[in-house]
Amino acid sequence: MSSEPLVPSSVLIPTNAPLVAAAGNPVAIRAEGLGKLYRIGATQGAYRYRLLGEEVAERVRRRGRKASDAGGRTFWALRNVTFDVAEGEVVGIIGRNGAGKSTLLKILSRITSPTEGHVQVRGRVGSLLEVGTGFHPELTGRENIFLSGAVIGMRRSEVTRQLDQIVDFAGVEKFLETPIKRYSSGMYLRLAFAVAAHLEADVLLVDEVLAVGDAEFQKKCLGRMAEIGATGRTVLFISHSMPSLLRLCRRIILLDHGGVVADGAAHEVVRTYLDTGLATSTQRSWRTPAEAPGDDVARLKSVGVRTEAGPLGGEEVDIRLPIGIEVEYWHLSDDPDLRPSVNVHLTNEDGVCLFVSNDFNNAEWKNRPRSRGVVRATCWVPGNFLAEGRVHVWAVVSTYNPTVVHAEEQDAVAFQVADRSTGDGVRGEYVGDWPGVVRPMLRWTVETESLDPGSQP
Amino acid sequence: MKATGALLVHDIRPPSRWSTVRLRDLWAYRELLFFLALRDVKVRYKQAFIGAGWAVLQPVAMMTVFWVFLSKLAHVSSEGLPYTVFAFAGLIPWLFFANGVGAASDVLVANSNLISKVYFPRLIMPVASVLSWLPDVAISLVVLIGVMALYGLAPSATVLALPLFVLLALVAALAVSIWLSALNVAYRDIHYAAPFFIQVGLFLTPVTYPASLIHSPKLRMLFALNPMAGAVQGFRWAVLGRGAAPWLPALESLLVAGALLIGGLLYFRRAEQFFADVI
Repeated sequence: MSSEPLVPSSVLIPTNAPLVAAAGNPVAIRAEGLGKLYRIGATQGAYRYRLLGEEVAERVRRRGRKASDAGGRTFWALRNVTFDVAEGEVVGIIGRNGAGKSTLLKILSRITSPTEGHVQVRGRVGSLLEVGTGFHPELTGRENIFLSGAVIGMRRSEVTRQLDQIVDFAGVEKFLETPIKRYSSGMYLRLAFAVAAHLEADVLLVDEVLAVGDAEFQKKCLGRMAEIGATGRTVLFISHSMPSLLRLCRRIILLDHGGVVADGAAHEVVRTYLDTGLATSTQRSWRTPAEAPGDDVARLKSVGVRTEAGPLGGEEVDIRLPIGIEVEYWHLSDDPDLRPSVNVHLTNEDGVCLFVSNDFNNAEWKNRPRSRGVVRATCWVPGNFLAEGRVHVWAVVSTYNPTVVHAEEQDAVAFQVADRSTGDGVRGEYVGDWPGVVRPMLRWTVETESLDPGSQP
Repeated sequence: MKATGALLVHDIRPPSRWSTVRLRDLWAYRELLFFLALRDVKVRYKQAFIGAGWAVLQPVAMMTVFWVFLSKLAHVSSEGLPYTVFAFAGLIPWLFFANGVGAASDVLVANSNLISKVYFPRLIMPVASVLSWLPDVAISLVVLIGVMALYGLAPSATVLALPLFVLLALVAALAVSIWLSALNVAYRDIHYAAPFFIQVGLFLTPVTYPASLIHSPKLRMLFALNPMAGAVQGFRWAVLGRGAAPWLPALESLLVAGALLIGGLLYFRRAEQFFADVI
């Protein structure tokens, strides 16, 4: 998956780290037994917590299943996380959506407090969890550089000293005195990243949302990240992009369900991640019903992403092509009236639910009596409908009246919608940023009326 | 926080029930405080058509309304001063308090993206919000002196005490703002309650009438609990120089505002540890 040179596989501790914690050298970050408990329902913003809350409540109510914590109203986003990071190390953090990556960074940057355990961080912490934090559209580019700089913790003298570099990096010299509401989204993004990239912190925490913009700018961002890493600063970097991680980090920590699953040489952890099925890929399957998620009515057999031509080769789907979300499950019940149906929840990278679709929309299938066997249901999302970006699929098999969830897999598969259209896509020939959570090709009607009274069409 | 070598070590632990207010942290982020206040001032004046004119128009319009209804129609006493000047002098500190508290009570919720994406002492937000209304005080003070000149009045030496009463109004505004902004995160009702509370407050404070109007000792006691009562009386006395110096009401207000402020800081400190999880 990457042609990057890899470090020798026998070395588990990064060879380039000048100061190794075990040898008594300074430790930049020491986390011990770190845990974060979320009260379900308290997090209103994040779609998955709220839905998870509903799910848990549903299960508790329907099946009387015993919940471990406070009547099932809580959820550990992070638990028993222990690790050391030596000064100057560049460490990647990987894991599926909801594995606890962002929660870890939020604790380290003091945005939220841990519920148990503690972590010591040595030196000034800079966190870049979002670009353009603190930007105000009414203020000029220059004013926003200072404001955003102050928000992420830069001193005014620091910003003043680096103003030229920041402006140069962003390429906005001519628009420095223009309110940023008049900026193109590309300019806005470049300026936002430029400020963040010049933050001088001893420990830098970076979320991958930074890797935005066009390919060229992304390259520039990664280059800057590598530069920062090379200056001996400690960097923690969340990403889904294995090539960038392998390029920037020698060491990677893999999180799953809030715990550390693997911690070591980058390529080994990446291999573990991909091999053990922890990575969200475009295909997911379970060999036997025993190991599959589900109950005695239905168990998931596979979830996959395909086009009309067949299963997806890579991760990318052309934005113009119809996409099939294929869910296979073992139907294990003999009751012909128990008619499970498959539903898929599609969410984008920000956790925004794009839509939910259910196979009971197929009326004939809805009323068909069922028997034991394997059911394969495919939901077809039309081409020119989803927006560019990563889409996560949550697959559920349930029966209704009453509602019972029999099998479900959160974040079962994911794929990347890519717009490589050349004038025939929704964006036509426009190359800039195209906002919106969906990008449907809609019908337009256009009428004209001549202003010239004498002319007849 | 303890120092090892040159670098500070932050020990991040689960929140304890009570912890001290980290004033040192606040000091370290003083530039952010300045930039946020500056942002509020700039944005307010840039967006509005007449810009800083609002700082003048608001007290002048209110003064006119009160002059017509309270002075002309209801004959409320103004302690021998022209009622317009009397009301204007009271409205300046009151509007500072009302605007400051109004903006600050919503500031954490309105900036939830900042709260959930970056760390800084959260206390900075309501404080910056209140401070951003200080330039309005200066602008309307200049207008007041102009209005006084129309009546042949000029500030006397008592004006030297003015900063003290501005400071008192600031302490009162901060105290109330810190409480309301933190409460608003957990209970969004504050969003609706705050404007109502501010409206009622205008009539419970001697802005449009003299404090001497209240005779009953019991009412006097209750009146003293209003942290803005002393600030408004003191502000008016300092600018206009009429009557005895209201030191006692000022002291009462200072005690009440001070107690509110300390309680607010403690509550805020406790609540801020959960802001990012709740907001």
